[in-house]
Amino acid sequence: MEYTIRVGGEAGQGLQSIGSVLAKILSRYGFHVFTHQDYMSRIRGGHNFYQIRFADSPVTASRDQVDVLLALDMDTIEFHRQDLHAGGRIVYDAVSLGTKFSGQEFLDIPLARITEEKGADQIMVNSVAVGAILGLFGLDIEQFAVIIKSTMSDKGEGVIATNITVAQAGMDFVEQNYPDLDSFKVVKPKTKGQMLINGNQAIGLGALVSGCKFFAAYPMSPSTSIMQYMADKAQQYGIIVEQAEDEIAAINMALGASFGGVRAMTATSGGGFALMTEGVSLAGITETPVVIAEVQRPGPATGLPTRTEQGDLFCVLHGGHGEFPRVVLTPGTPEQAFQLTNKAFHLAEKYQIPVIIQSDQYLADTEWTFPGFDTKHLLNEDFRLRDQILKGMSSYKRYAQSDDGISPLAVPGTSRHLVAVDSDEHDEYGHIIEDAPTRIAMVEKRLHKKMPFIRQEIASPTYIGHQQAMVVLVAYGSTFGVLQEVYALLAKKHRIGMLHFTEVWPFPLVEKFDYVALLKQAAHTICVENNATGQFAKLMRMETGFEFSARINKYDGRPFLVDTLLGEINDHL
Amino acid sequence: MITFDDYKGQKPAWCPGCGNFAILNTLKRALVELDMEPHQFAIVSGIGQAAKLPHYLPCNLFNGLHGRSLPVATGLKLANHDLTVLAVAGDGDCYGEGGNHLLHAIRRNVNITLFVHNNQVYALTKGQASPTTRAGKVTKTQPFGNPSEPLNPLALAIALDCSFVARAFAGATGLPFLQEIMKEAIQHNGFALVDILQNCVSFNKENTFHWYKDRVYRLEEGYDPADRVEAFRRSLEWGQKIPTGIFYRNERETCEQQLPPIREMPLARQPVFPSEAGQEVNHFF
Repeated sequence: MEYTIRVGGEAGQGLQSIGSVLAKILSRYGFHVFTHQDYMSRIRGGHNFYQIRFADSPVTASRDQVDVLLALDMDTIEFHRQDLHAGGRIVYDAVSLGTKFSGQEFLDIPLARITEEKGADQIMVNSVAVGAILGLFGLDIEQFAVIIKSTMSDKGEGVIATNITVAQAGMDFVEQNYPDLDSFKVVKPKTKGQMLINGNQAIGLGALVSGCKFFAAYPMSPSTSIMQYMADKAQQYGIIVEQAEDEIAAINMALGASFGGVRAMTATSGGGFALMTEGVSLAGITETPVVIAEVQRPGPATGLPTRTEQGDLFCVLHGGHGEFPRVVLTPGTPEQAFQLTNKAFHLAEKYQIPVIIQSDQYLADTEWTFPGFDTKHLLNEDFRLRDQILKGMSSYKRYAQSDDGISPLAVPGTSRHLVAVDSDEHDEYGHIIEDAPTRIAMVEKRLHKKMPFIRQEIASPTYIGHQQAMVVLVAYGSTFGVLQEVYALLAKKHRIGMLHFTEVWPFPLVEKFDYVALLKQAAHTICVENNATGQFAKLMRMETGFEFSARINKYDGRPFLVDTLLGEINDHL
Repeated sequence: MITFDDYKGQKPAWCPGCGNFAILNTLKRALVELDMEPHQFAIVSGIGQAAKLPHYLPCNLFNGLHGRSLPVATGLKLANHDLTVLAVAGDGDCYGEGGNHLLHAIRRNVNITLFVHNNQVYALTKGQASPTTRAGKVTKTQPFGNPSEPLNPLALAIALDCSFVARAFAGATGLPFLQEIMKEAIQHNGFALVDILQNCVSFNKENTFHWYKDRVYRLEEGYDPADRVEAFRRSLEWGQKIPTGIFYRNERETCEQQLPPIREMPLARQPVFPSEAGQEVNHFF
């Protein structure tokens, strides 16, 4: 069993509230849920939609077709009518939209009239819509009531009660007027409720549990909700969230705080990262731990501010002048985003390097369900020297030479030892030098000595499928979910596998898992990327010499959907 | 008790006769008089001749990027407000490359003391116009004369209600006063800007030690630095007579005082990992 609901309308009409409440209710009933949003860069008007797919088995991507289209305006009907599945229904309010449709797929539900009849404020029309949709699927009002009570606790008993009343009225209307819609009736799963989380929330949560104490950023779509999450937790967890005057300030503040002895982070999108790059280089030479979340949107320059693309891979791999080690992590699911954010803080501090978590608008805003996240095996180790341990040291050199290139990272002001760091090339004490031997020793320390150890930390790509596959689908980052679904559908007919990379720099060692051998034996190797030039395919060739037999690239600012991608892959087979 | 000799550092890489030597020694004397030990403070700097200063005395230091000393200082101070944080910059570093950060550091009012070595020229890059170079001055990169009006850092700071605004002169006659101002600025709770007029023996043959000496004077006894409008009026004085002293100060609340997470304890002293953060996962059910 699976259904897709699409809620469409203008910005400001409340489709996000409707969508998010429905997704929450369905996840609490134990369904597997996947949502994605498509919105314009404007606060009011335009056309936006929120799509919810729910099922009794795991779902990790969006479908092209919809079963229920909730149209809050005429554009929604015009734009999305052709996506309706056979037997699907369009829910609308003929009076509000000013048009009555006659086709049997149309369900006219007088949302505004029901709201008015119950004496409720017109803003509650959204609750009527939620009730109607739940009614359509034969679900009850119980979880809606629970959610409204907690989210509207500050609005008073009256508002809560009225919202529940109108939602019930919407549900009753559907049951009384459309009693023959049995095909939509679903059975609640036996499993317990699931957690529902999107990619940006997962990064914020990951930062929180990793002890991030300082977060500086300049708001930029689609990264801003990470900052909002951190600000929301600032009081409870003792975090300073500073809105910087620009991204240059943001990364420099994070470096200052990290120097001061706390775990620090910044988040931005491509344009902001471009501004930060000198700071990334500064983190490199000063060996200051910092975590940067780069949530991509299509460029160049302003591009498509609210849409998605994987166009910045080379930008984060190479952004920042000079040669220094860095790690780039590319989660494919919110759960991976959570775990990899924890790993980012761990590696940043262990090796005193910048670590970049690269995501995109698609992963940022898609909500997924999970039975839970593992918080028992977090990589939380304090690598900084402070207080007693530091006081006990007879001498201290910030850039002392060592076998693994890692020097002691002391917190200034917590002992009599002085901590000096410099963006100039420096000696072991952190003071400026220009002589060649010291320069060579420092490059070797922070780059050549550390790199083999950092490389060992990088996880192998995930391989799912046949061990002698004829077809291997390859991707990195946010396309994990859609690739997994497409793979599962193709596996019924083909000897196929999928290879997905969540840690792309340093590029994973073939000595750990020989993915190149796996690729070489396949007749078809298809690299799927949400960009125009196939940056990951180029990276693969640069690092391993392997060239894919085919590439599928999408650069319209929209995510891959299951059915279209399936068709494109079939064209290659 | 800390002594001047305890502040002995590396040999500076400045030109002989540079005003920076006097500023460095005066800062050391101010620190000694305040009985501050090297580990109790940090100096953050960017790039330029002035920005090399923290290497020349024992201290915690972060010598970062051109123009970016204030964001680093801000992050450092917010991470550990028990540490005294000084920023040292030149006129190009702070008023040019880092101009935006200065505006917002003043607004934000983190308790940082900023010393700007203002020699009205780019020295490290050998003689181009800086944001404080007079209009019309011919340089190697402004062959038709500098077309821009000079920035007035004091007027700018006062307009932004900067918590502490002062000017001093780094010539021999001005050093005792510079020392007093430095001490006041370090002790002031709030963002403090001290614009220090200095010569550049190599690239500024116009604004020499004597040029300054003939013009600078101290704000008179009885001058009220709490009067913002008067401070603004006096900050506009520049030419035959150049006032020095504390132009303006207010006691407005610092950024740190407004942040509940650090009311009890600096961030850097709080537990590294949250004990109950795992429970946050439950909020997503």
